[in-house]
Amino acid sequence: MFPDLCLFATGWAEVWYALPLVVIVSLVYSGTRHEEPGEILAGSARTAVWVCGFMGIIFVVLWLMSIGI
Amino acid sequence: MSPAEPAGDVQPARPPLELRDPVLAGIMAWLIPGAGHWYQGRRTKAVLFFVTIVGSFSYGLWLGGGRVVYAAWGPNPDDKRLPYFCQLGVGAPALPAVWQAQRFRNPKFVEGVKARRQAGTASLWDWFMAPPIVEKDGRANELDDLNFKYHRYFELGTVYTMIAGLLNLLVIFDACGGPAFGVGAHRATKPDKNPTATPPRAA
Repeated sequence: MFPDLCLFATGWAEVWYALPLVVIVSLVYSGTRHEEPGEILAGSARTAVWVCGFMGIIFVVLWLMSIGI
Repeated sequence: MSPAEPAGDVQPARPPLELRDPVLAGIMAWLIPGAGHWYQGRRTKAVLFFVTIVGSFSYGLWLGGGRVVYAAWGPNPDDKRLPYFCQLGVGAPALPAVWQAQRFRNPKFVEGVKARRQAGTASLWDWFMAPPIVEKDGRANELDDLNFKYHRYFELGTVYTMIAGLLNLLVIFDACGGPAFGVGAHRATKPDKNPTATPPRAA
């Protein structure tokens, strides 16, 4: 368990590279679905939450599966 | 229903979207992200798409030292650069790779590039978006060197540039057909208090 957590900590910095991608994907995806800036921003916030939540769920599932490997 | 028209709007707040020539706008949107929207007068979205897509493409290219975007279709499976099909979606910023692939097909030119690199006199176009040089015997592959030099950033740069190209496909569809939810379509999704009344149309 502890070595798993250490490995998780060392690779944590690379997760930050996902943040710009989440922002960009959310803005462009929402921008192609709405026309007004306010709607785009609100839609991109919803999309970003959805993307982060989905990635978080996948991360937890994979992390749980990796325990003991 | 055309996406350029308000969808049965109860309270039409905005005029119908003017897409001008959608085919031309789509081609412009592919060539330069946001250019199609600029042509249609949708300036805010044009700036948004240009900054986000060209920004992520440039950042990915920088992460990979300018080598993650290249076109290659050699006989070996390792020589086939499938991510380029995604990167090509970004349009003109990815097109120099096609020109570079054509140049690097000439063995004499490749020998000259190798000599210039060893002498330290290589110019920008001796490496930028250039396909990795593979020796004829297959023992030396520059792609291995690139992965060793940039390690995970080579993959990260590839991902950034691929996503930029794929996102521009959505932008091209938006330039050709307007936003997916239409203009003012959000209000039309709310329940109508008086369903028997004829909804007024925008002028």
